[in-house]
Amino acid sequence: MKVDKETLQKVAHLARLNIRPEEEDQLLKDMGEILNWVEKLREVNTKGVEPLTHMTGEVNVLRADKAEATIDRQQALKNAPQQDGKFFIVPQVMKRND
Amino acid sequence: MKEYHRLDEIQEDLSLGKITCSQLVDYYLTNIERDKQLNAFVEVYAEEAKQRARELDKKIELKTAGPLVGLIFGLKDLICYKDHEVSGASHILKGFESQFSATAVERLLQQDAILIGRQNCDEFGMGSSNENSAHGPAKNPVDPARVPGGSSGGSAAAVAANMCHVALGTDTGGSVRQPAAFCGIYGLKPTYSRISRWGLLAYASSFDTIGIFSRSVEDNARILEAIAGRDEKDATSSSRQVAQYSNAQPHGTYRIAYFPELFDHNGLQPEIQEAYKNWVRELEKEGHSLVEESFPFAEYILPTYYILTTAEASTNLARYDGAHYGLRSGTSNDLEAMYKNSRTEGFGDEVRRRIMLGTFVLSADYYDAYFTQAQKLRRLIKEATEAILQKVDFIITPTTPTTAFEHKSHASPLAMYMADLFTVQASICGLPAISVPMGNDAKNLPIGMQIMGAAFEEEKLFAFSKIQQNNSR
Repeated sequence: MKVDKETLQKVAHLARLNIRPEEEDQLLKDMGEILNWVEKLREVNTKGVEPLTHMTGEVNVLRADKAEATIDRQQALKNAPQQDGKFFIVPQVMKRND
Repeated sequence: MKEYHRLDEIQEDLSLGKITCSQLVDYYLTNIERDKQLNAFVEVYAEEAKQRARELDKKIELKTAGPLVGLIFGLKDLICYKDHEVSGASHILKGFESQFSATAVERLLQQDAILIGRQNCDEFGMGSSNENSAHGPAKNPVDPARVPGGSSGGSAAAVAANMCHVALGTDTGGSVRQPAAFCGIYGLKPTYSRISRWGLLAYASSFDTIGIFSRSVEDNARILEAIAGRDEKDATSSSRQVAQYSNAQPHGTYRIAYFPELFDHNGLQPEIQEAYKNWVRELEKEGHSLVEESFPFAEYILPTYYILTTAEASTNLARYDGAHYGLRSGTSNDLEAMYKNSRTEGFGDEVRRRIMLGTFVLSADYYDAYFTQAQKLRRLIKEATEAILQKVDFIITPTTPTTAFEHKSHASPLAMYMADLFTVQASICGLPAISVPMGNDAKNLPIGMQIMGAAFEEEKLFAFSKIQQNNSR
């Protein structure tokens, strides 16, 4: 599997990462190598095999439908990079229409 | 102070008044200071540990001390301790203070253990050398030019160099067993779901376990007994009753599967081939039944592991976005740029590489070809491994293909992934496995051997490990 620059940038966007131009070649090489290697799995005939999707033996783990206090607002805001005592503050989300 | 290998020796001396908790804490603090250059600890809770030791010394006098009094433990910087920093060895969590403690930590503290500090590791548990750390590399106490293994490298180095008595690490694909082997101590990865994952920073949720480093089999069993068991905060944690692991005793002989192909496998360091061969012969002489097996799906184990864990990592690490906590880049004009800049500045190279791979294998065009195929392989590998364990009590392999390697000695990420060859099988299958020390190579570097058992059969695993412990003393 060869990854091209376009795919690389598309994946980076999905992962919300920036790929600096000077990193592109190394990353393409590393990912290409790793993907070539994992491609081996395609040799195995897995027709009729059910994918294994979870590992715990527990089923239907339920708790009482009762509200519980977790952490309070002050605690939740404790590690925020930017906050006003009530809310997390982030840069502008919507574009201005003027 | 004498060098202790078992908690019961410490507790006996405590009860005889030969030592105090305060002296123990001072002893470990002195060792931490002495071995500072190993970079095993990220943060030392010196004053808190001293204070707690004084309180516990009073409790000993009053005979009200809990069952783990005298146990001084360290914590991988990937496990939460309330009101203390936890960073996952990542810049992205610099300065982050946890709002709660991991269940495993809480259970140890409830039984009067003392937490002495936070230990170095690979970023979010991704690595086999403890070189991918925002805190800088940790070093192997046996030879500081070499790595302690990873990802829980600092914890292994700390226990081996007597900077704490035991440590909690995490093991997703070998991150407790491999560093235990490199540092010459015991390292357990329990059955998946045996220990609550509450308070463990998630890497790959269907693989992650908390694991235990110790200087003896007995202590490993005692710690597991203290922290295992159902936890309401982790819905995947097993509700099976916790066995009395501390009572584990070998009885009779066992049936053991081994892989003769490893006797002359060119990917293995010759001394490890030799040690493995000798161990098999030794076990045969002791009357155990040795059964030849071949590695099920040998070539597919590592690729399966890397597809599934990178996919899970890309999902789990999506939470680090610079919005609610952790590093936020100061140079963003809009929300999307803030996410991208914060994540790019905050994550190290290996973490970004794995997020990219995981995102790729989960993307619409490749989902079935990579991710679903790997989930199918996971079932096949699990079933094949369990089929062997139906016939035998244990599967034994070396823990690692080589002993501890030198810093910066791997040319590519792929070469480094090979260090996990033997440990990932148990992780794919959710099975318990322990690394036990078994001699040294020509450079005097520790060799570790791995014993894998059936799900929830840790008690038997400990019993059998005690035979190896007794033989090597």
